[in-house]
Amino acid sequence: MIALSDYLTVGAILFGLSMAGVFINRKNVIILLMCIELMLLAVNINFIAFSYFLGDSAGQVFVFFILTVAAAEAAIGLAILVVLFRNRRTINVAELDSLKG
Amino acid sequence: MSFEQIIFYIFSAILVAAAVGVITVRNPVHAALFLVMCFITTSALWLLLEAEFLAITLVLVYVGAVMVLFLFVVMMLDINIAKMREGFTGYLPLGALVAGGTIAVMWYVANNDYFNLTNMPPPERLAADASNTRMLGEQLYTTYVYPFEIAAVILLLAIVAAITLTLRHRTGTRYQKIDQQVRVKRDERVRMVKMESEERK
Repeated sequence: MIALSDYLTVGAILFGLSMAGVFINRKNVIILLMCIELMLLAVNINFIAFSYFLGDSAGQVFVFFILTVAAAEAAIGLAILVVLFRNRRTINVAELDSLKG
Repeated sequence: MSFEQIIFYIFSAILVAAAVGVITVRNPVHAALFLVMCFITTSALWLLLEAEFLAITLVLVYVGAVMVLFLFVVMMLDINIAKMREGFTGYLPLGALVAGGTIAVMWYVANNDYFNLTNMPPPERLAADASNTRMLGEQLYTTYVYPFEIAAVILLLAIVAAITLTLRHRTGTRYQKIDQQVRVKRDERVRMVKMESEERK
């Protein structure tokens, strides 16, 4: 039998790896967006595991809404990225300093 | 080791390996493909947890739509990969430290006595004809109908925002202005001219 702690551990490892990804890929905005998707996935694993072990379907409903919002966020984020690249010809975070005082 | 455990450990190992791939590979296209692998293995884990509808939604919506969008954007932008990798090894110790700390704290919380098999035993497996979709639908359309409507508005907002952000009006190109064509009135096209009749020479 698989315990709840096993699923929580998988979610924790996935969340930690995606946090490390935000740190080490801090120049590339596309990889940063992918790391955010991975974080949301880790949270969703925890939600569904608790929903199963507690016998409460509200966890699955929450995952449904998180998936909806994450899809909207990815669409708008990539649209912003395309406009950014069109205007500045770069998506390097270090070079996006036109708001610097 | 039971069959369920074998499935769980195999898919978890693939999931963690693919997540490492997402954050370390050089090419963003490969990162996107590793992310697809993460989503597919996660949906297998969700099938073990009897969340069939969400598992297949993850494959359809994420692998089918969101990751295609990611790949499309990655391939459309002309990015200098070598320049993007500057400072990768410099931030590696910091990233490893943060990830290790986070995983250690969450490991400590997750592996205490509250979440083991004796204190929180897994429930009985549902019958073969139990419908996860029906259960989720009954919840969504009764208790959570108001958040459900708000989710629909958020999706509409995402469509409008993405289109208005990327829409580009080029000046100088000639194209049909359909709204002006439809709205045209008779007076703008036809001019009545009154003149004397002339005799043919």
